[in-house]
Amino acid sequence: MTALRPTVDDADRTPLDDYRAMLTIRRFEEKVLELRKADCISGSVHLCIGQEAIPVGLCSVRRSSDPVFATYRGHGWALACGSKPESIFRELLGRCGGTNEGRGGSAYLSDPKVHFMGENSIVGAGAPIAVGAALASSIDNSGEVAIAAVGDGAMNQGAVHEALNLAAAMQLPVVFVCENNLYSELTPIADMVHQPELWRRAAAYGMPGMRIDGNDPTAVRSAAADALGRARDGGGPSLIEAMTERLCGHYIGDAETYRPAGEVQRAGAQEPLVRLRRAIITQRPAEVDDIEQAVIREIDAAADAAMAAPLADPSTVREHVHG
Amino acid sequence: MAEQLNYVSAVNAALHRAMRGSSDAILFGEDVAKPGGVFGATKGLHLDYGRRVFDTPISEAAILGAAVGAALRGKRPIVEIMWADFALVALDQLVNQAANVRYLSNGSQCAPITVRMQQGHLPGSCAQHSQCLEAFFAHVPGLHVAMPATPEDAFHLLLTAIATNDPVIVIEHRGLYFGPKAEVTTEGPVQPIGGAVVRRPGRDVTVVSWGAMLHRTLDAAELAATEGVEVEVIDPRWLSPFDVETVVASVSRTSRAAVVHEANVTGGFGAEVVARVSDAAFHDLDAPIARIGLPDVRVPAAPHLQQAVVPSPRSIADAIVELCRR
Repeated sequence: MTALRPTVDDADRTPLDDYRAMLTIRRFEEKVLELRKADCISGSVHLCIGQEAIPVGLCSVRRSSDPVFATYRGHGWALACGSKPESIFRELLGRCGGTNEGRGGSAYLSDPKVHFMGENSIVGAGAPIAVGAALASSIDNSGEVAIAAVGDGAMNQGAVHEALNLAAAMQLPVVFVCENNLYSELTPIADMVHQPELWRRAAAYGMPGMRIDGNDPTAVRSAAADALGRARDGGGPSLIEAMTERLCGHYIGDAETYRPAGEVQRAGAQEPLVRLRRAIITQRPAEVDDIEQAVIREIDAAADAAMAAPLADPSTVREHVHG
Repeated sequence: MAEQLNYVSAVNAALHRAMRGSSDAILFGEDVAKPGGVFGATKGLHLDYGRRVFDTPISEAAILGAAVGAALRGKRPIVEIMWADFALVALDQLVNQAANVRYLSNGSQCAPITVRMQQGHLPGSCAQHSQCLEAFFAHVPGLHVAMPATPEDAFHLLLTAIATNDPVIVIEHRGLYFGPKAEVTTEGPVQPIGGAVVRRPGRDVTVVSWGAMLHRTLDAAELAATEGVEVEVIDPRWLSPFDVETVVASVSRTSRAAVVHEANVTGGFGAEVVARVSDAAFHDLDAPIARIGLPDVRVPAAPHLQQAVVPSPRSIADAIVELCRR
């Protein structure tokens, strides 16, 4: 299938576009779950089911050259940046033609062609790297804004503090997006901080901060448009805390015994796809149905094509350590 | 053109040439701009190169991470980590991030980063400002490691590092910064990466040493000569890539070998030298290869305690002479 297209210049963007983009990520992740359970995919896989509105909302107002640095829960960010589902499937499956030719895998893939600069499987490590990208933009006056997505757990990493401070000190064009899914891996973030409103930290760095409904792509778009515009105009960094909930485990296989009874079910009523579908189904039932059929077809076709691709070539495994 | 420069001035001259030569080169770190670096290595650069030279907070992870990010977006960052010991607080950005860029992207991206740091003991330096950590970095595929021991190499190895399209750790030695001036060729082409140099020819034993310890080894070679032992001293200059061929060619003539470094013996790069030479020249050796380094202790601050553990010209010479009598 074709890649999702960021629609920064698309004044006609409708809720159906958001629905299609979020559903693409959802269906992609569900397919990944199937493939992992069937042992076609190996290793740790961290799904973003329930968190789709954040990458979709932000990337709908991102310029296509704005570099994005995500976490290991980053398939949705790659797709929202415009990576082709088949290329990511191939990467997860260790097939040739994967975004990283099988070297990255689920937790550490990148696709610089679409300025998806990479996931990172070290919590918080992408934040200072994003600041470096913002530094390059600042020196070149390129107008690009770096986007650093981190989880709530990463907000307790020293590297993230260093990144926030350096970005603020130098007034660099970077937007920090904290995807707060309430769990710092397997532990509630509220137990790991005394002040669980993480957005309040922005004030201490002297940058704008806000907490938004991260399950609403429109709310994300609005906050992101402000922050990106401010950064592009030389107004420095911002911190957006986007509240969301994981509808799945930290990783595939996580038994989630730490989650209170009923929590995931309650979250399921507030998750972005259910909400948006509820809002649009009565007016646009036929279009919603078309989108749903098409996305399933396209993701299934992408997965099938990836499964049919040859494995990445082991004879090249020692290449590219050095230039 | 050749200039008379001491080691730290040679570093400064190389940085000037690199910044002049590429508008993509940027230089940052703690106290490197207005203060000119705690040892003066970056003196004056901020005056000539404006926004491309700047001071950072005391944030090693941010410094190294920003270098990775800027490199991914087309810059050639040159950063200073004030003490090698301080790199330990931010190893993630070197080992998990910078070193992975080329491989993980299947060669479609690279991280042309130069990380300057200095290491080693000086009288009174405490245990957190004395460690020699080159083996840590040389262990990591994706990183290169340069160990300049002379003003000429302080200049040229740094220029080579900056021209290399991968991360390079240039480990200077604080004890060499203000040593004697020497002639440094400051023009001409950038040298290729790697390549050992024979610093002193000799027929009886091959001794490999780098950094400040190279100079003690050369002094030791003088002492050994008075006892009738002619030492060939090889300076590898780069530990990654390591020029094993030059060492093996020497050992095949001398039949004996030792390696001398300021780092602790266990897991030091000397162990790698021993392994590689043994693999390549086992049948040429008349004796096991000697490892001379800091014994496995922390570095004490008091100068007389340091002297009791850091190899001296005398202790190196004694070990070499003994090796030659085995």
